[in-house]
Amino acid sequence: MATVFIPSLMIDMTSGKQRIEVPGSNVRDIINSIDKLYPGVKGRLVENHKIKPNISVAVDGEISPLGILEKVAPNSEVHFIPAVGGGAN
Amino acid sequence: MTTKNNKFKVIGTRPIRHDGTDKVTGRAQYGADFSMPRMLSGKILRSPHAHAKIISIDTSSAEKIHGVEAIITGKDLPETANSDGEDRKVTLGELSTDLKYLREGIMATEKAVFKGQPIAAVAATNVHIAEEACKAIKISYEVLDAVITAPEAMKANAPIIQEDLRTTELGEKLNSQTNIAEHLQDKLGDVDKGFDESDIVIEREFNTSTVHQGYIEPHNCVAHWRDDGRIHIWNTTQGPFNVRDATAEVLNVSLSAVKLTPLEIGGGFGGKFEPYLEPVAAILSKKTGRPVKIVMTRSEELEATGPTPGSNIRVKIGATKEGKLVAAEAVLKYEAGAFPGSPVAAAAACVFAPYNIPNQSVDGYDVLVNKTKTAAYRAPGATNAEFASETIIDELAHKLNIDPIEFRLMNASNEGTRATDGTKFHNIGLTEVLEAMKNDPHYKSDLSKPKTQNKIRGRGVAVGFWMNAGLQSSVNLALNQDGTVNLTEGSPDIGGSRTSISMQAAEVLGIKAEDVHPSVVDTDSIGYTFGTGGSRTTFATGWAAYEAAKDLKNKMIERAALIWDVDSNLVSMNDGVLNTNGSKNKSMTFKELAIEMNGSGGPIMGQGTVDPKGVGKSFAGLIVDIELDTETGKTQILKVTCVQDCGKAIHPSYVEGQMQGGTVQGIGWALNEEYYMDRNAKMSNNSLLDYRMPTSLDLPMINTVIVEVPNEGHPFGVRGVGEVNIVAPPAAIANAISDAAKIRMEVLPMNPQAVLKTINENNRKL
Repeated sequence: MATVFIPSLMIDMTSGKQRIEVPGSNVRDIINSIDKLYPGVKGRLVENHKIKPNISVAVDGEISPLGILEKVAPNSEVHFIPAVGGGAN
Repeated sequence: MTTKNNKFKVIGTRPIRHDGTDKVTGRAQYGADFSMPRMLSGKILRSPHAHAKIISIDTSSAEKIHGVEAIITGKDLPETANSDGEDRKVTLGELSTDLKYLREGIMATEKAVFKGQPIAAVAATNVHIAEEACKAIKISYEVLDAVITAPEAMKANAPIIQEDLRTTELGEKLNSQTNIAEHLQDKLGDVDKGFDESDIVIEREFNTSTVHQGYIEPHNCVAHWRDDGRIHIWNTTQGPFNVRDATAEVLNVSLSAVKLTPLEIGGGFGGKFEPYLEPVAAILSKKTGRPVKIVMTRSEELEATGPTPGSNIRVKIGATKEGKLVAAEAVLKYEAGAFPGSPVAAAAACVFAPYNIPNQSVDGYDVLVNKTKTAAYRAPGATNAEFASETIIDELAHKLNIDPIEFRLMNASNEGTRATDGTKFHNIGLTEVLEAMKNDPHYKSDLSKPKTQNKIRGRGVAVGFWMNAGLQSSVNLALNQDGTVNLTEGSPDIGGSRTSISMQAAEVLGIKAEDVHPSVVDTDSIGYTFGTGGSRTTFATGWAAYEAAKDLKNKMIERAALIWDVDSNLVSMNDGVLNTNGSKNKSMTFKELAIEMNGSGGPIMGQGTVDPKGVGKSFAGLIVDIELDTETGKTQILKVTCVQDCGKAIHPSYVEGQMQGGTVQGIGWALNEEYYMDRNAKMSNNSLLDYRMPTSLDLPMINTVIVEVPNEGHPFGVRGVGEVNIVAPPAAIANAISDAAKIRMEVLPMNPQAVLKTINENNRKL
């Protein structure tokens, strides 16, 4: 199962847990799996079937251009982090 | 993924840039050079107040002036709400923003929120008449209290700049009215425990000023709203597709209704992604039926485009007495300007990135102030943040009596190190950069002695980090019958990217870089390409060229197989020569096949599109010697050496040019550049006479050392090179001032007044 690192601003939604292991072959599955355990997480991260604009998802240390479609391996690390816009928005 | 064969034929050489002759002879066409028949001149009337309600606008006198063809105000821009009455979001490249904020930045409707905000615009038969008409427009304002620093704007009783703004915290919107657009947070380990375990802890608070990119060419555009409903724009921009998309959104037309032709660009450094003029010129064109040209003045550039934000930064770092970093904490308050969007998230990702610190905490705030909205500027956010962290790292090294480079090596991030956000670094070259700094003759040399009594000298070092970007790019290649290749791309060429991209195609095809003819084309003529910025162009558009060249190569192999009547699997192409591997033993050069193209199936083209991962993160370091005048407080740069890991240097001259340019801009941040804001939140130094950028008379030769730790995520090992070099100079110079004067600077710029003030505050006897 992939290891998801819960952002500090969201750990109130996961009963204080900072890391969660959940099944899923892509980021969409991963978010759905977390949402089953901790309802509300999906709404916090996803809008109109995409990761919310100011959030990025990193799989195995790389920011994914594919967002929820990014593949996730069984031993992957998944991070949800503030999107870096560089002031160019 | 890095190509194992390092014996490149083209990559690593220094061919003359394809656009060089045009630029040195003046043939290159920039926006100011561009004109059309029956073209009108546009001028924008801007708010004289930093914060004011617009009570009324009277254009009647201006309309009567002979030669005035059209006048528009904010009400002429389309509404931004959708059918449900909610404000629409627009996606601009990688991020989205509220369309209302984008629109209000282009032209205010009810309230001005920074001095210089457009209020109305005129199209006239010449610019002087347009200026006269602007003066004749009567506007009544109710002036409001303004706020210009992030800490002030965060106070509970601060004037509210955007009444509907609510703080966002990682996807959640809070309820209270505020000037804080976003609060972000990263935590790693247990920072309180880390500080408890530290033998030495240093904490300081820093303030940095608003700084402009200072590109030599002002913003400009010509817009023509044609009878068929299409809008054609010619302008200077880093992001043709970004500006096309934003303009279409603001005008509420489809993306394909707008065609944007980028002209040559006279610098950008991140500041030329925004659609300041294009929607205004387009609406004036629609009203008059004629093309409209607008060119900014330098004062407009300084007051109403997007400089880097001022910031307030508190950093605290703890280490053991053996020199091991244990804990780090930062609070970053970044000025967004009058609309959300400072680079504080980038700052949070960068502030402690050079170091393996097990316990970290970073809080960042994107804060609205009554200034023009910030935009990207070369490693946006990083220079402010790492000025703070690298100053404290240096102080820790000195207090622990450890050489500052050795201290950094002891704690350097390497592959597998967890960054503040918890992600692990892939292969990076910080250790190699630090080793190169340690072994450089500059660092090994003794600091020379001052020649006069009131001068003291010091040496400082610092390193900087920037994450770089990938994003979408497209390249097409077309084989010519004379054996050359036409390359079309959508990346405006700011620093030699035509050549660095062509070289990557040439390497794959086994031909000379000079045999590739690159063209930067309009948005109708190439697939989507994100702008030239984020140190991404040689990485991503170069990768698209690599893919296009592979595509072209495969098609040439198939064509040779057809001509030779063999299976294409038996044909190979190496160093520009096609061969059969089988018994027929045929051979043909690249040029010979090109001649055979017609009559053997017709044109051969290659196509490459990417949206890549594999971005290689960058580190650079600076060694600087300074001389400080203890009577005046003036700092003179004596010697500078910039060391940077570029992955693989495609064209070393352009890498060195980026390193020198970034270093010079960093020196400007360090010593001179700032927006002087008066008590009414107006910029006092809004010309280049008073906004002091370094000149060649202020600087010695910038020495460069290229370190090559190939990025395993790119076919040729490329990392971005355009940005990270600006990050270290302010901290390195601050550390050199400390070495000379035994003071710690906590402000940028460190101009003579600031240095003398700090000396006096520290009550040091020099």
